[in-house]
Amino acid sequence: MNLTLRIWRQTGPEDKGRMVTYPVEDISPDMSFLEMLDVLNERLTLAGEEPVAFDHDCREGICGMCGMMINGNAHGPQRGTTACQLHMRQFTDGETIDIEPWRARAFPVVKDLVVNRTAFDQIIAGGGFVTAPTGSAPEAHAAPVAKADADAAFESAACIGCGACVAACPNGSGMLFTAAKVTQLSLLPQGQPERYTRVIGMVDSHDDAGFGGCTNAGECTVVCPKGIPLHTIGRLNRDYLAATVKHTGRS
Amino acid sequence: MAVTGLVLVLFLVAHMLGNLKIFTGAEDFDHYAHWLRDLGTPLLPYGWYLWLQRGALLVALAGHFWAATVLALRARSARPVRYAHRKKVQGSYAARTMRWGGVIIALFVIYHILDLTTGHLNPVGDPTRPQANVVADFAPERWYVTLFYTLAVAALGFHLRHGAYSALRSLGQQTPQGERRARVLALLFAVALSVGYLVVPFAVLLGLVS
Repeated sequence: MNLTLRIWRQTGPEDKGRMVTYPVEDISPDMSFLEMLDVLNERLTLAGEEPVAFDHDCREGICGMCGMMINGNAHGPQRGTTACQLHMRQFTDGETIDIEPWRARAFPVVKDLVVNRTAFDQIIAGGGFVTAPTGSAPEAHAAPVAKADADAAFESAACIGCGACVAACPNGSGMLFTAAKVTQLSLLPQGQPERYTRVIGMVDSHDDAGFGGCTNAGECTVVCPKGIPLHTIGRLNRDYLAATVKHTGRS
Repeated sequence: MAVTGLVLVLFLVAHMLGNLKIFTGAEDFDHYAHWLRDLGTPLLPYGWYLWLQRGALLVALAGHFWAATVLALRARSARPVRYAHRKKVQGSYAARTMRWGGVIIALFVIYHILDLTTGHLNPVGDPTRPQANVVADFAPERWYVTLFYTLAVAALGFHLRHGAYSALRSLGQQTPQGERRARVLALLFAVALSVGYLVVPFAVLLGLVS
């Protein structure tokens, strides 16, 4: 496959940045998207040019490091897939592919396609944890959890924090991430004591980090590589309402 | 957004049901309009109920605008650098037209009040004969009024479709079945209300009401 790539190049946080066109040849359709970028980077390195910086780690779709806007789609055209698990067979020979970093005030560009997602850590620091030491995995019968709750909590816990939800959101909101991190704890017994302070703390941290507000547009759930459902945000809303109306959110 | 929106939705339902009185005859319609002013008497002086309702609606509207403006400004500041290549939003058409749709509806409401409440833009403009005002308004030769009305109601329908669904979500709808139900409910509600509003001008246009 021969492709034309238009990639966002930005030397550092202060640089203005621009789209630069690179032709790439002899790409195998069985390569992953990141392997295709590796091929480009090898060529750039041999030519003495600066390779394209992009985040990646496990390349198995479970670490949440990789992530880029591919033709205006977070993680590319295939649903339920991270950029590292996306294969070049999803594209056609001769195609022009636009590659951009996540765009959000809360995710400043470090270099090229690498963004700083510290803002997600700030949301977690706002309450996305259980304070009491819970020890190692408890014996399964010690604290019974309803199957439906366990399933829903697990569904939320599948979030890898890649940031695609923010990148795709027309409002630049990180509410799907926040909701996933709230509900994975609020549905389980260990999360109950801090349930309502948690939701207030995390939503406040979310807003302070410079994310936009959720308008239930539903973009996030479409691009989420882990398929976190939109109604997760409803669970957050319900906890938030309970916390504010009953003042149970004040510790 | 959700709470102020629901207040406005309650008004929309009442307003639509009132409009449908046009099918039970001119006298009925005019009597209904008069009754609205008479409502609450003798506890309230004549016409006060309507002013109270207008006041409440204005508060809800102001809150709705305020929340929408805050959300829009936050969205703008949350993405200072735009995408060079951005696919059309994959979510619903209704969701991505909420803001401009809302502006269209607001402009229409201003026109609508000048037309059928104060009568300034109405060919009859007689507050004592509301039915005659409506019939004159949607006469075939004033097709552009009917067209604008239709477009505004369509915008309202889209606004309600996402608005009603989104309001239920904001108020804590949280299960997959609930989401499906909320979507269907919002769609049915939006269609029902749009049809309810549109039958009046089209009945006049087709000469079913005169």
